[in-house]
Amino acid sequence: MSEIPTIEINKETIIKPENLVYKPPKTLFDTPMHYCPGCGHSTVHKIFMEVVEEMGIENDIIGVAPVGCSVFAYYYMNVDMQEAAHGRACAVATGIKRVLPDKFVFTYQGDGDFAAIGTAESIHAANRGENFLVIFINNAVYGMTSGQMAPTTLYDMVSTTTPYGRDPKIHGHPFKITDLIAQLPGAVYVTRQSVHTTANVRKAKKALRKALEIQKLNLGFQLVEIVSNCPSNWRMTPLESLKFIEEQMLPFYPLGDLKVPEGI
Amino acid sequence: MAKAVGEVIIDIEKCKGCELCIEACPEDTLALANAINKKGYRYAEVVANNCTGCANCAIICPDACITVYRLIMKKIA
Repeated sequence: MSEIPTIEINKETIIKPENLVYKPPKTLFDTPMHYCPGCGHSTVHKIFMEVVEEMGIENDIIGVAPVGCSVFAYYYMNVDMQEAAHGRACAVATGIKRVLPDKFVFTYQGDGDFAAIGTAESIHAANRGENFLVIFINNAVYGMTSGQMAPTTLYDMVSTTTPYGRDPKIHGHPFKITDLIAQLPGAVYVTRQSVHTTANVRKAKKALRKALEIQKLNLGFQLVEIVSNCPSNWRMTPLESLKFIEEQMLPFYPLGDLKVPEGI
Repeated sequence: MAKAVGEVIIDIEKCKGCELCIEACPEDTLALANAINKKGYRYAEVVANNCTGCANCAIICPDACITVYRLIMKKIA
């Protein structure tokens, strides 16, 4: 062949189903989410629903929504969902998993729900080794109620209830509940991920998939903490908030697997 | 070497103008529009013709409003 055939490249030749590389998952409702611009919650909704779609388990998964910013998770995730009282998502998920042991069960909780009011439920569900997944979004403040100090708020971090910064002598120390749960024998997969860069979003997605695969093996409690941002309550632009995660959050909440079952 | 050309489609009514896609784009293909959508946000739009279809913008987009197509030129030739 002497000549290389030339084809005109225009929008029509590129936009074809066979050239599709990324489209929003079908398991996510095609509706605008109520989250603030740049919020990590919606990124996590999106990647988790991608995992559900890729695994083809949209009819076999039941979620439990928390109280907090993500209280309307059931409006966005096109899977069976149950709302729980504030902090009690792990207790509700325990009940669902025990009644329907062949379904995948997950809870989606923020730091106020999982690590403050729901600490007892969270820790005891982990200690009992209940076989469900907890997606724990750590953005270091109470987002829905306008940015009060949460247990996960960093040292010297300004919030509406710590206007001079968090002082451990008055407000106590930041609570690394993920490290705490990693000590419990009932928890089998404990990891901390983030969604502040494209690479980290991909890693977080892999971690979520791995957690669901571990759930299939019936090994025990899975916890995926995702370090996220809250641009509105940190009083930052979305881009500044991602920088804050990189510079301030990650040194205190280092990313990586804290506990992985043997042989997986 | 194969050359990739891409095309992104942005659902401007879902876009909240957070600019994360603009930061994530290695080719500077995207920018904020001067116009606003129904909710009053300046939305992201394609401003250059150099998209490679890497899908970084779509992966970081919190509101799942970007669809990406990619054509590898080697396939045609």
